[in-house]
Amino acid sequence: MVLEIQKPRPIWQIMFSTHHTDVGLLYLITSLAGLFMGGALALTIRLELFLPGSQIIADSMTFNRIFTVHGTTLIFLFILPFASAIGNYLIPIMVRYKDMAYPKLNAIAFWMIPPGFALVWLGFADFGWTAYAPYSVISAPGPAADMWIFGLKILGVSSILGAINFIVTILKCKHPDLPLSKIPLLAWAYLTSSLIMIVAMPTFAAALLMLLTDRLGVSGFFNPARGGDPIAYQHLFWFTFHPEVYVLVIPAIGFMYEIIPRFSRKPIFSHGSGVAAFILLSIVSFASWAHHMYATGMSFTEKTVFMVGTLAAVPASAMHVFNFLATMWGGRIRFATPMMWSVGGIALFFSAGAGGVVNTAMPLDFITHDSYWVVGHFHLFVMGTIAFGSFGFLYYIFPYVTGRMYNEKWGNIHFIVSFIGAVMVFFTQHVLGLYGMPRRIFDYPPFPEWVAMNQFASIGAMLLGIGAAIFLVNMIYSAAKGKEANMDDPWGIGGKYYYPYQQKNPHH
Amino acid sequence: MSGHSTWPEWVYIGVVVALLVWVGAESWNVERLIDHVPADAEVIKVTGQQWFWTFEHPDGTKEIGELHLQKGKPYKFEITSKDVIHSFNIPDYVVLQDAVPGRINIVWFVPKDTGEFPIQCREYCGLIHYNMRGTLYVEDTA
Repeated sequence: MVLEIQKPRPIWQIMFSTHHTDVGLLYLITSLAGLFMGGALALTIRLELFLPGSQIIADSMTFNRIFTVHGTTLIFLFILPFASAIGNYLIPIMVRYKDMAYPKLNAIAFWMIPPGFALVWLGFADFGWTAYAPYSVISAPGPAADMWIFGLKILGVSSILGAINFIVTILKCKHPDLPLSKIPLLAWAYLTSSLIMIVAMPTFAAALLMLLTDRLGVSGFFNPARGGDPIAYQHLFWFTFHPEVYVLVIPAIGFMYEIIPRFSRKPIFSHGSGVAAFILLSIVSFASWAHHMYATGMSFTEKTVFMVGTLAAVPASAMHVFNFLATMWGGRIRFATPMMWSVGGIALFFSAGAGGVVNTAMPLDFITHDSYWVVGHFHLFVMGTIAFGSFGFLYYIFPYVTGRMYNEKWGNIHFIVSFIGAVMVFFTQHVLGLYGMPRRIFDYPPFPEWVAMNQFASIGAMLLGIGAAIFLVNMIYSAAKGKEANMDDPWGIGGKYYYPYQQKNPHH
Repeated sequence: MSGHSTWPEWVYIGVVVALLVWVGAESWNVERLIDHVPADAEVIKVTGQQWFWTFEHPDGTKEIGELHLQKGKPYKFEITSKDVIHSFNIPDYVVLQDAVPGRINIVWFVPKDTGEFPIQCREYCGLIHYNMRGTLYVEDTA
């Protein structure tokens, strides 16, 4: 077992270890660094937009760099490493193997993240996390843009190595007595999201190289002045990053599948339907990428195809929601902190999905596209669903990592403050989009509706910031001085819904 | 396997799919009508560049940052860009189409009310993206 706090070790023993829980801990700490750094940038953006005019950021270039690094950090340096952290801790245990399939590859995959992190932050590029051509080719200042490209290249390779490791661990290293159909849904989540990653990511890797050679002036793939097509970049980009959305959200749904049955004191309503929904999502996730591009001048037929492909992803997501609710139905629910985050996450997941249906309906997309509606929409996924699921799971796994209990009361307060904050920010941003406010703007005209809604959203963001501060203090204090956890049943749930990760791993 | 009935899940999935089919069919139908540009629409050439909009009327007159149109007449915008991707947007009339260098994108509308309406850029295009704004003036024909 890990129990870092009870059995202190010199830090290099953790850093140079290839053991899955040590690598998991490194991933976890890195992802939390990404969370707080990216979150600080988010608060800066919201403070700047509290009023029209320049507030705390001197010029638009700084603002543009901030929203770029904000998005890049939270996607690649918080959500992805967090999922890898949890996967490293639990996947070997869930498939009953002594470690990940390739422990050294695992450590290499982690150690590619710090250089990528450094390149993104030292460069501080300005073209948005999407780096659309031809702006990124002819207009974005270097070396920031080039450092971003190299940073993302490294992070992409790291993700692919991690995904290979998860797939091999689950498929090849699981205990022979354990059929694939019986592995927990969290392991299914990692299997499907890793498969998506392997299929999707190489396209972006290619696009990054093309972008780099375009910037160096030796090619013109995306530069219309040299006969290239900037829309081709968007196709390559979204062919990776629409499926990537599912890579981000599927582990979070897996977290909820761990937490909800245990705290409802009931088995999962349908394991089979959860597996089916994961597999469906991993397939249809590749059928919808160009719904990000309706306004680029697509034909009616193209738009129709991608609308249908997008709508096809909804039933599978809805199956997960049904499964959660049916599991909770009639259960004796214990609303401890992890359960609160999961239930809040489901509520926001549902809202985000409903908003997504509006986006993909072709005529309505021309109202919402590139407006604050879209900002609100995808933040309901990445913050409301994925980060909420991740917070819940971090509280859930806290006793396993540290051997201690977090402070339950402050955990509850963290959730309540954050839930109110998230609703205030992201629901308001939807409405702001309907009033026509574009994304990625440093300053806006003082229309009274825009000012009022921006202020409301900024107050919500401050609540999220307060929640994050509470969370940080709770984690640090409890890891050092928290009560020792009852490792058989840290929440006193009782019965057979014990804390599952205590089972002795014979290889340790 | 687990002994509970699965019909509620099938009913639920059925309802979700029915809703999606309805949304899809309705969008298809509306978009099909919007896609059809009226034959008598007057062509306005719109050019985006960092960081302003240029409008060219059929008689060759050009306007920068301002666009004067007449109420009740259909207009067809032919949109392109001189440098990076912009997005031509009149939010009050749900006019939105990217200005892509090397391509001409088309969108049309009929101004229904007189008055002043904001024009803006909806796709990130660099330093002054936030202020790549203009004004649409809709005037009475009479």
